[in-house]
Formats: sequence, C-alpha cells, structure tokens
Amino acid sequence: MLADFWGAEFVLLTLPPLVIATLAALTCALPGNFLILRRQAMLGDAMSHVVLPGIVAAYLLTGSAATPVMLAGAMAAAALSALMIEGIRRLAGTDAGVAMGITFTTLFAAGVLLLEQSGASSVHLDVEHALYGNLEGVIWFDATGWASLLDPVALAGLPPEVGGLALVLAIVAAAMWLVWRPLVISTFDEGFARTAGIPVTLLSAGLVGLTALAAVAAFSAVGSILTIAMLICPPATARLMTDSLPAQVRLSLVFAASSAILGTLVAGYLPPLIGLPGTVSASGMIAVVSGGSLALAALFGRHRRPRSA
Amino acid sequence: MLSALLLQSGYNAALVAIGAALLGFAAGMVGTFVNLRRRALVSDAMAHATLPGIGLGFLAMVALGGEGRALPGLLAGAALTAALGLWAVQALTRTRLTEDAAIAAVLSTFYGAGIVILTVIQTLGAGKPAGLETVLLGSTAGMLEMDAITLAIGGALVLAVLAVLRRALVMTAFDPGHAAMMGIRTRAMDTALMLLTLAVVLLGLRVVGLILIVALLVIPAAAARLWSDRAGVVAMIAGGIGAAAGHIGAALSATVPDLPTGPVIVLLCFAAFALSLILSPKRGLLRRLGHAG
Amino acid sequence: MVEPIPLTAEPALAIRDLRVSYGANPVLDGVTASLARGAMTAIIGPNGAGKSTLLKAALGLIPSLGGTALAFGKPVGQALPPIAYVPQRAAVDWDFPARALDVVLMGMYRRTGLLGRIGKAETTAAMECLSRLGMADFATRQIGALSGGQQQRVFLARALAQGAELYLLDEPFAGVDAATEAAIVTLLKSLRDEGRSIVAVHHDLSTVSAYFDRVLLLNRRTIAEGPVATTFRQEAVARTYGNQIATAIPA
Repeated sequence: MLADFWGAEFVLLTLPPLVIATLAALTCALPGNFLILRRQAMLGDAMSHVVLPGIVAAYLLTGSAATPVMLAGAMAAAALSALMIEGIRRLAGTDAGVAMGITFTTLFAAGVLLLEQSGASSVHLDVEHALYGNLEGVIWFDATGWASLLDPVALAGLPPEVGGLALVLAIVAAAMWLVWRPLVISTFDEGFARTAGIPVTLLSAGLVGLTALAAVAAFSAVGSILTIAMLICPPATARLMTDSLPAQVRLSLVFAASSAILGTLVAGYLPPLIGLPGTVSASGMIAVVSGGSLALAALFGRHRRPRSA
Repeated sequence: MLSALLLQSGYNAALVAIGAALLGFAAGMVGTFVNLRRRALVSDAMAHATLPGIGLGFLAMVALGGEGRALPGLLAGAALTAALGLWAVQALTRTRLTEDAAIAAVLSTFYGAGIVILTVIQTLGAGKPAGLETVLLGSTAGMLEMDAITLAIGGALVLAVLAVLRRALVMTAFDPGHAAMMGIRTRAMDTALMLLTLAVVLLGLRVVGLILIVALLVIPAAAARLWSDRAGVVAMIAGGIGAAAGHIGAALSATVPDLPTGPVIVLLCFAAFALSLILSPKRGLLRRLGHAG
Repeated sequence: MVEPIPLTAEPALAIRDLRVSYGANPVLDGVTASLARGAMTAIIGPNGAGKSTLLKAALGLIPSLGGTALAFGKPVGQALPPIAYVPQRAAVDWDFPARALDVVLMGMYRRTGLLGRIGKAETTAAMECLSRLGMADFATRQIGALSGGQQQRVFLARALAQGAELYLLDEPFAGVDAATEAAIVTLLKSLRDEGRSIVAVHHDLSTVSAYFDRVLLLNRRTIAEGPVATTFRQEAVARTYGNQIATAIPA
C-alpha cells in the first residue's frame, strides 16, 4: 500500500498537480502580502475574475492557446479592469467596493458569454475550467517512476505549466525583491513615500501588474475564484502570527506551500480511505485547507488582535 | 426573439421572464440599500458562501431518501452556510485583518468547500445531481411554473419588508449615530438588510447564479444613483432597471442557444449603467462635455 | 446681560462622577456638573480636556467607566426623546442621495415612525426648521452640494425638527462662515427664550460673554461652573488652561 502510494503512479499523476499547485500558491502569496496590508484584497478578487475574459479574448483574436498569448490577454484585461474601476469611481462617484463589484462581474460575465458563444469552449477552454480549475488534468505522461526526475528526456516532457509557473514565480519574486524597500515604505505611509521621492503611483501599478501575473499563473491551476484563496488566505494567516513583515512574507510562503501540498494530497487520497469512490476537487480542497489555517490563526494566532487605538 | 420579449413564446418562457423581472426588481431595490450601507462586497461573499450549503442540502436530502434536488432543502442549506459565511466575515474583522481581507478569504474558502462538495456529489452518483452546477451561473432552462411562482412570492415578500423598513434603513445608512438616538435599532436594521440580501441571493440562484448575483444587486442601484438625489426615487429606478434586465435577459437566453442567463442579465445591467453614465442629468458625460465645450 | 436663571427643581443635565478612559489615559476623571434648565451653557477647556467626550459619554454614545448622567431628572437613555445632539461635523457619506429637506425630515422619525406617511404637515414643519436657519432656499439641494456652513445649518435644522428640550452641540461654530455663525446664535437664543436648554462645546473665548449665559470650565474634571459674569474670570480660566491665559478676560 505504502509502496503503491509512492510508486510510479504518484510521479505520473500526483506529482505534477502537487508541484503546479505549490508553485501557483507561492506566486500568489508574494503579492498577496502587500494586498492585505494596503486594504486591496478585493483587487486580488477583481484580478482573478478578469483573467477569464482576457484569456478568452486573446484566444479568439489570435487562435493560439500558447502561454505568452494567454498571458498578454490576461494582462490587458487586468489593465482594462484597473482603468474601469478607477473610471467608475471618478465618473459615477461610487465607492471603491461598488466600482469593483461592477467591473469584475461585468468582465467575468463577458468572459463566460464569449466562451459559450464562440466555440472556444470546445477547443481549449471551458467554463468548468474557469470555475473549478484543472489541477487533476495535468499528467506527466513521460514519467515512468522517480528515476524520471533525473532523466532529461522525460523532463523535457514535463507538463508545460510547470516551466511556465516556475518562470512566473521567479519573475514575481525577483520584482518583489527589487522594489522591497520602496514598496514597504509606500505601503506603510504613502504621503511620506511621495515626499521621499518614491514613485508611489508606479509602484502601486506594478503591484497590480504582479497580482495579475500571479492570477494568470494560478488561473490554469485552480480556476478564477479559487485564485483569491491563494492570494489572500496564506498572507492573512501569516499576518495573525507575526508583527514583522519579512517574517510575515516567509510564513505566508510556508502556509501557501503547505496548503497546496496538503490540499492536493487530501483531495486525491482521503476519499478512497473513507470509502468514497474517486477523488474530489483538489483546487477546492486547497482553498479549504488555506481557509482552515486562517481560521486556526484567527483563533490562536499570537498576533491576532488589533492594536487598540 | 421579439416574441420572447413579448411573452408569446410559450407559457413557461413567459412565466420565467416575468419571474426574472420580479427578481430583478427586488434585487435593484435591495441593492440600493446595500450600496448606501456599503455592503456590496459582503453581499458577494455571502452569495459565494451559499455553495457549500447547496451541496450539503442535496446530500442531506439524498440521505433522507429524496432525489436531492428539491428546492426547499437546497435553499435551507444555502441560507445556513451563507449565514455562517457572514458570521465568519464579522469574526475575522475582530482580528487585526481588515474587512476586505476577511471578505476575500471567506468568499474563496466557502466557494472552495462548495466545489469540493459538488465533486463529492458527482463521484457518489447519488440522487439526480445533473444541473446542480447551474446554481453557479444560473440557467432558466428547465425552469417550471413552480419556480416562477416562487420568484413572484419571494420577490413580493422582500418588497413588502422593504416598504416597512425603508425609512429606518435609509436613516441607518445615512447617519447610524443619529438613527440610534431617534430610537432606531441600527443593529437590527443591519441584520434585516443582510436577511433581505440573502433572500435575493437565494431567489436569484436559479436565474443569475451565485457568482454573478451581486451584480444584479449592485449595478442597477449604481446606475439609478446617477438619475436622482432622493433615496426613494433611486430605489424605484434601480428596481426598474433590474426588472428590465431580468426580463430581457431571461427572454433572450430562452430563445438563443448557448446563452447563459446570468451573464446576459449582468451585461444588460452594465449596459444600463453605461447609458446612465453618459446620459445622467448631473454626472453624465454628455453634460460634462457640454460644459467643457 | 441676561438675568440670572432661577434654578428649577431638575437641572437640564446632571452629571455625576463621570469617568472615561481611552486606553490607559483618563479623559474624564470624575466629572460632576449640573447644567441649568432654560440656559445657554458653554463648555470651555483646552484641547484634550474631554469636552466632546463629556457630551458623548453623557449621551451614552461611548462607554464610560462609571458615573451617571440625568436629563431632567431621568437617566439619559430614558429621556432621549427630548434630547438632540449635533456632532462637530457629521460623519456621513456626503454623496448620499438625500436633499437638505430629507435630512431634516429624518429628525421627525419619532413622529412619522415606520409606516407613517410624510405628508404636507411634516414637510411644512421641516421647511419651517430650515427657514429658521435661513436655509429654505436650499431645501432641494443634495446634502453634499452645500457648503460646510450650510451643511452644519441643515444638521441643526434636523435637531430642531426633533422638537427637543435639550440641545447638545459639539463646537457648532467650528469652521463655519460668519453668516452661519450668526444664524446659529440667533436660533439658539430664540430656543433659549422659548425655555429650552442648550449646552455647547465652545472654543472661542472672545465670544463666550456675547453668546452664552453660563459656562462649565472643564479640564478632565470640573474646574468651575456658573453664570458667565461670575465664573468666566481670569483666575478660573487660568486654572483651566494651565496659565496660558487669554488676557481679554476680566480679572
């Protein structure tokens, strides 16, 4: 049984979703730390919704489902949504919550409609994919066992998502490392940052961009809505555990990775153990695990209480 | 298509279109108060939090020997987990997390739990789960006379409660401190508003779906705000916009194949919002351009 | 000047040993004061003396650690209907879809209640409240489209519409234009002349004598309370402000 568990099937079927989920969770947690400190958590929500119309539109325009094309489409949609939110806020004078609510529901609705009407759904994307993600669909066909991890031929046949996600993670991490100090300063005190000559507006646009990038990367793994869990839950959990920002970021990465791994494994292996046929949604389970850790932190976290004013 | 709008394409389609119009009216009215009290995103979290309850309701009814899809069971489950989600948002805001983070976390966690339960139902193969996922994006296909009547009665009840509480709700939204001094129990009013919102969400599950129902609350109300400076008038206009979007959307999706109902209604709402933004007498773009020129 | 007000049986507002802390810092350290009926009383004191806090705590809008506040001999909670409170600057959404008239009508909620229709009588009464503050011409303006002083007058008109016996005002003249200040003073004096009681947190020491009958000098505790002529004196003000005194005050 245990040998079975760790056998070739694991490398073939379980390892790829596990790696992909972990990479996606790490990628999202990094910008998520700043979203929650800047009270922009719902911006993450908006970004994860608008990825869908971006990807669909890009596919319809170019006929290609290649990763760079999808990425460009999603980034364009993210930029459009940021403009829409700001435009509605200024022109209609609504508060930010309403402006976001209008923007992401409209763009998401447009994405679903495009998908259903265009026939793109039969080719590469479908609505379920957008709602549930597609972790279980990722299989490493070229793997024969653990030895394949060292086999260049088999490695070349890794699911393309793995390489793409690793690249995005590297980009996001590098960008965050580069702008760390100015980003921290402008998050804490925007007015001071401005007077200190920090390009505050550019930084905040950059954060939106990184969030969109992370959301695109996670979208293919866990779908639109569960991306929010990856963006917000691990950083929020970490925030309740520590007062130090570097420690918060490190902890959020730990929680992100452990939620991804635990969620994937529970979804794949728990149902048979308790007598259910088949498996349950891994992306859903990851969200549940990350939400569960947040609940625990909210109950027992050392720094859960707000400082009294 | 025209015949669908004019209620001539069959008894069921006509009933569904009328039901959707009533839903839209109630949603626009309630949404006005939701916007004024700044509860738009909380409502979104509550809508997403209905999903696990729908799944659990289904499983419970199968366990009791039913076929699972009976509406009362699904709605009871949905109401239960939505209330739990609302409570979770409030509990999380008592920590150092801000409300937006609490909303995002609850929304995604509950939705994730719902997806897990839906896949459990699929693997079990019990009951008649086909079509359960239409609660995500809504579908008027296969709606029956019974569903339309439920919408009509539910919508009427929501409107009746709103008619009684409207003044207290407006005062609570405008100035809670003053409202309390005037003898209004503001916490009870907030609870009532959330219950009304929950009622709209539950009524809207079949037609618009839980992912997009917040749009039917928020967008008509935001559009209506551009036409009037009086809360009561705003609510009426919002109801009108919601009703029109619901009616036309349901009729369109009944006639054009592969046209999911929820997204169509949402896009119609947005069209009304965009038009209002251009034409509004006070804030309209036309008027602004006129001033500039 | 105004005749000394004969103290009737029950003071408008009787505060006993009221204590409030923000965190570890006591803001009100056992304040006791008895504010006369039918008079205009100014609450005077330096920044951080707890003036606004005193009003809010007396009304029960913020929790107090101890002490009581009686309005007309009854606990404030039970006496609330005859009390109107106007905060320094209402913390409302200025974009709210409400016109000046709608805001004033909100002051009549106790009369109209949940279902009562707002009829001609209510609208006329609300218009009258606006008129008394010189705001009748602005009745149909959206509340956010008014100037700060005009907004302050609308909120005062709302208090007026409540038909209260006791008016608690938090710095009614802060940041308003001269026309508004004059309109408010005239209104408050006419209310006083109708036998109602007014208590206002006040900042401008130079107008105390002109506007008010009585003063409560406050700095975390009551320094002195009484008629302006006898209480608002250099020595007492100096004790209140810790010697950074205004020389314009009679010795």
